[in-house]
Amino acid sequence: MKPFGYVRAGSLREAAAAYAAHPDPRYLGGGTNLVDLMKLGVETPATLIDVSRLPLDAVEERPGGGLRIGATARNSDVAAHPLVRTHHPLVSRALLAGASGQLRNIATIGGNLLQRTRCPYFQDVSKACNKRLPGTGCAALEGVHREHAVLGHSAHCIATHPSDLAVALAALDADIELYGGDGSGGTDDDGDGDGDGTRTVAATDFHRLPGDHPERDTVIRPGELVTAVLLPAPAPGAVSLYRKVRDRASYAFALASVAAVLDLDPATGRVRHVALALGGLAHRPWRATTAERALTGAVPDADTVRRAVDAELDRARPLRDNAHKVVLARNLARDALTTLTTLAATARRAP
Amino acid sequence: MPPHTALGTATVRAEGPDKLSGAARYAADHTPPGCAYAVPVPATVPHGRVTAVDTVAALRLPGVLAVLTPHDALRLGPSDDATLQILQDTAVPHRGWCVALAIADTPEAAQAAAQAVRVDYAAEPHDVLLREDHPDARTPEEAGGFPAHRERGDPDAALAAAPVRIERIYTVPPLHNHPMEPHAATALWDAATGRLTVYDSSQGAGTVRTALASLFDLPAEHVTVVSEHVGGGFGCKGTPRPHVVLAVMAARHTGRPVKLVLPRRQLAATVGHRAPTLQRIGLGARRDGTLTAYTHTVTTHTSRVGEFVEPAAVPGRVMYAVPDSRTTHRVVALDVPTPSWMRAPGETPGMYALESAMDELADELGMDPIELRIRNEPAVEPDSGRPFSSRHLVECLREGADRFGWAALRTPRRDGPLLCGVGVAAATYPVWVAASSARAHARPDGSYLVEIDATDLGTGARTVLTQVAADALGVPLASVTAAIGSSDLPAALLAGGSAGTASWGWAVHDACTALAAALARHRGPLPPEGLSASADTTEQAKQKPPYARHAFGAHFAEVRVDTVTGEVRVRRMLGVYAAGRILNPTTARSQFVGGMIMGLGMALTEHSTVDPVHGDFVECDLASYHVPVHADVPDIEAHWIDEDDPHLNPTGGKGIGEIGIVGVAAAIGNAVSHATGRRLRELPLTPDRILAALG
Repeated sequence: MKPFGYVRAGSLREAAAAYAAHPDPRYLGGGTNLVDLMKLGVETPATLIDVSRLPLDAVEERPGGGLRIGATARNSDVAAHPLVRTHHPLVSRALLAGASGQLRNIATIGGNLLQRTRCPYFQDVSKACNKRLPGTGCAALEGVHREHAVLGHSAHCIATHPSDLAVALAALDADIELYGGDGSGGTDDDGDGDGDGTRTVAATDFHRLPGDHPERDTVIRPGELVTAVLLPAPAPGAVSLYRKVRDRASYAFALASVAAVLDLDPATGRVRHVALALGGLAHRPWRATTAERALTGAVPDADTVRRAVDAELDRARPLRDNAHKVVLARNLARDALTTLTTLAATARRAP
Repeated sequence: MPPHTALGTATVRAEGPDKLSGAARYAADHTPPGCAYAVPVPATVPHGRVTAVDTVAALRLPGVLAVLTPHDALRLGPSDDATLQILQDTAVPHRGWCVALAIADTPEAAQAAAQAVRVDYAAEPHDVLLREDHPDARTPEEAGGFPAHRERGDPDAALAAAPVRIERIYTVPPLHNHPMEPHAATALWDAATGRLTVYDSSQGAGTVRTALASLFDLPAEHVTVVSEHVGGGFGCKGTPRPHVVLAVMAARHTGRPVKLVLPRRQLAATVGHRAPTLQRIGLGARRDGTLTAYTHTVTTHTSRVGEFVEPAAVPGRVMYAVPDSRTTHRVVALDVPTPSWMRAPGETPGMYALESAMDELADELGMDPIELRIRNEPAVEPDSGRPFSSRHLVECLREGADRFGWAALRTPRRDGPLLCGVGVAAATYPVWVAASSARAHARPDGSYLVEIDATDLGTGARTVLTQVAADALGVPLASVTAAIGSSDLPAALLAGGSAGTASWGWAVHDACTALAAALARHRGPLPPEGLSASADTTEQAKQKPPYARHAFGAHFAEVRVDTVTGEVRVRRMLGVYAAGRILNPTTARSQFVGGMIMGLGMALTEHSTVDPVHGDFVECDLASYHVPVHADVPDIEAHWIDEDDPHLNPTGGKGIGEIGIVGVAAAIGNAVSHATGRRLRELPLTPDRILAALG
């Protein structure tokens, strides 16, 4: 591992200032991914700015409904938090589907969103990787890519994003709150004019597709920090689920996962709101907008669900080794929607 | 006659408190004053040679002591194992082969130096993919020490004439041992006295000493190897490995003690793997299930460094009465790391294939798979014609069926999206015993010490040896301690082949019996230095018994297959074993259950994928090489039947370290087939394969 400097930030302003003042800096949260990558020589920062002790670990109700989850809150604390479990059990389920108990105890919410792909070629500095070293090529294309992307990949990168939480946030229309950036100590371009140096980005826009720049996982700007995840108030009567399929029962990344939210009109049985996000299939959580459009306003019977999901996954472009992911995603999405339809009907009948 | 109370009694591990409190010292826990650290540099081409090693940048880093390269490393003496001839020439036989060694004051500096070494290669075309029709496939002389080819009668004609026959191919991928403790060694070279001391994570300190003495041209008595505590081996620490040679090289070069802990990511290419096997099996039978033909052709790979042939067709020579049979191996040398021993080599992949084929034949015949096996129970060992010293496979199958509730589960069930089914498979593992020596010592304070260069890999071997000693001496267990895991102790077999307890126990038994006799003759108080007696079983172990000696067992599994996701979950597993006398129920159960869990991993989650382009194994950490986690492991029961076999050794045990894994993958695969009505013949049974099979 390359020697590096270490700075512990006491406040957001300090963190941003340290980022601007030090060479080749990286923010450090729980370190469960960044430190591993440093040991492998994939990440070689000159300075670590430890933001894990910033006072950003609260989970609180927002004025007007919804939740604010601080970026340094630990995954296990958030998963177990009564507000999260009550308002957005989908978030708890997604968090608990990830990593192991030990990792969840140290990993932060902000770090979870910024973790890097587990593509084995990205993690091996002896092999070509455009994400690690732009312009060197993609060794996974010709190598073994059973676990790689089937949607939205490019000739430059076929990696998937590993976060479970991000898939849930995409389905919940969450926002990501960011602070600082470009060493300015705050951009404050969220239009609220409150001068607090933050902006917000929709979770669905936060992670990118690889395109020509697979080295950029997200739209975060240099020096910007994730400060919170903002969740809207849940629709009364809406039901949700998270389901993840993997090669072993726990402590493995998703072959495919699904986060789904469904709200049915009790009078007509038609879909008032549906959100479907797929994980493990692309460089970012895949919000299935085509399927959602087909379902909104419709009665979600088996045929409608099948057509909607097929319309979405017709866009899949599987690689040599991973056609199974399309089958898996189709099965998962259909099953999730069918299960939620039954749940929603049951919930409606309940007193 | 002293009361026999210790053997057969459940006894917790003698060193348990030391392990729990951290007092137990493993190889990397030894940090002598002035200790330096070494990190190997692995080759990044799959085939070729090193043309230049640029060490300038590495040597400029703070704390770096040296970088050894193929051009300047110490020349080594001979070794039986060519994988130990490291840094001796510029050839790169596979990706991951060690091409340089960085040595520094701290582990971090050594790692940084290893990353800073620049190696230039002349790469050559490589070939890493095993296939049945590979033009270089040939029949070797032997496979795992057995004849590679055995044939009786006319199996092809018998198969062609069989009223019912199946011919199938089963595929087992490369597998890795991945013990919890990575390979590590701490080497101390005393130039003044010419003495070498090495703390090594090894299954046999004496074996490592022999190799090091030859490689470094030292008298064996000048070399001490200590493996007091070992965090698992499963075969990959059964022979000396490159890390210990490199640690000694570095200590010789720098004159300082040197510690080398292999990074987990380097294990896959450095310390062996279970070679992949493509197994073509033919079974012919009469309509009543009587086998008439058996052919088993194993195609596997080895490296270009040394030959190791996974003996997967060998267990078929033991199992079933069939007059016409051929069991044979074909091997292809590829540009891959050298395969080696992994828990129940041969039996594990071979019995997956054979016991899956038996299940398919039972399906074809419409016969209960247990009845099919019982129908073909042999009177003598089929391949040799020798009588069995004891064989209770049928009893294992019947008792297992009773305990498992087999008869009531013969109809596959559907529970919503879940398909439920059950499967059974037989297990076998040979009984080995090898010469060992031991010393027993009585102290004036009434305590006893037994000394033997045995190794405890976490199995409970140390504890069982104290039980053997206590009974042979006729004294309380608490008065006996065992000193093991050092080449300075009386020489003994390494921990392998499930033969440790039998071999060591025999020597300990004999030494303690001799000591008890000496104590009986002794009059008056013991002298201050106590009394000692030694034993060496070389003569006894040489005698070849007229019996075929094997342990047997039966495995049962119940699975649920999710038709939406393709996930297979094992609901419960049960094993019944006939393995001679069980010496310590606590540690024995741990061995059986551990073996079954490893078999579950083989069935469902574990595989190493050869990257055709880069020539290495893709899964090289414990996040990607999926050993089962707690959530994968169901309710597991291990039982054994009382087996009194007088033709073994004084302890009456057959060895239990490996049989627990044998046949488990077949039992699970057979259960998946029972549940789904679809037969998968390639491991592991991951969701992608299940979904494809379900269509």
